[in-house]
Amino acid sequence: MNVGSFKDFREGCKNAIPICLGYIAVSFAFGIEASKIGMTTFQAAMTSLLNVTSAGQFSALEVIARNGSFVELAILQFIINLRYMLMSTALSQKLDGVNTLNRLGISYGVTDEIFAVSIFKKDKLYPMFSYGLILTSVFGWVFGTILGAVAGQVLPQILVSSLGLAIYGMFIAIIIPDTRVKKPVAVVVVAAMVLSCVFTYAPVLKMISGGFRIIIVTIVVAALAAIAAPVEEEAHE
Amino acid sequence: MSKVYLYILLMAVVTYLIRALPLTLIRKEIKSRFIKSFLYYVPYATLAAMTFPAILSATDHLASSVAGFAVALILAFNKKSLLTVAGVSCLTAFVVELFLLL
Repeated sequence: MNVGSFKDFREGCKNAIPICLGYIAVSFAFGIEASKIGMTTFQAAMTSLLNVTSAGQFSALEVIARNGSFVELAILQFIINLRYMLMSTALSQKLDGVNTLNRLGISYGVTDEIFAVSIFKKDKLYPMFSYGLILTSVFGWVFGTILGAVAGQVLPQILVSSLGLAIYGMFIAIIIPDTRVKKPVAVVVVAAMVLSCVFTYAPVLKMISGGFRIIIVTIVVAALAAIAAPVEEEAHE
Repeated sequence: MSKVYLYILLMAVVTYLIRALPLTLIRKEIKSRFIKSFLYYVPYATLAAMTFPAILSATDHLASSVAGFAVALILAFNKKSLLTVAGVSCLTAFVVELFLLL
């Protein structure tokens, strides 16, 4: 099995620079919050290193702070992070010929951002590329957490604030170009944004957690699109 | 304080299983045209849903978020690279916030 070369690893690292920057900004905020509830810097860093999930970690802080039950924490994490299951399923289709050990390694880094870069990679997805992507991204995630936990005020707020856009800028760079050439993709993007707005602001619906909102919107929009505009064979290649 | 480590471990295990199970268990190429199409649209739908409206509160000010969003859309529509779109979008928000400070 070909896991790729050091060149693939480097390419992965390079592709992760915007993720790394965005992660530093987001996990910086997590570090601050974690220290507020009394976690040590080490504990905050471990949380980030072992979980690598923004929504999951932020929501866990609330449970930990009020000494909530383990069952509650487990269910909460399951629901908020269920979207990774969809992503892992999609990603499994790109890992033809990759062995279990490498699959277990790549699983560690299935986050919204890493998934986005991996799934849209034009040619073959080598494990080495994934590892470069994961290492660089997780570095930013843990580094930002430590920074936030140690010195909440070390970066000027205006900088932290602007860096918050990095991740979204990246998402936009990934999905928008294809909307020009594939009409169903354009419809999917607009429909998902509109539906996501409805779920964010509409009464009752807005009580659904962020993770669940994304799952519902994804399933509804992608299923309707799959029925209305099934893709030709090998369209993803 | 050791309970904190149990919390951290528990959430790590749950989150890892969610990620690892489909990735290790699904080995075959999925044949169903519907599921293939569905999976093809999943990333676009997920990323779009995660971007909007969340991007509006990505920075401290609605104005800088909107400006960064608009710039990102224009650049991405013109097929600029990931780094360019993300970087210039942040820079735009930074400049707008500088003006707001004045």
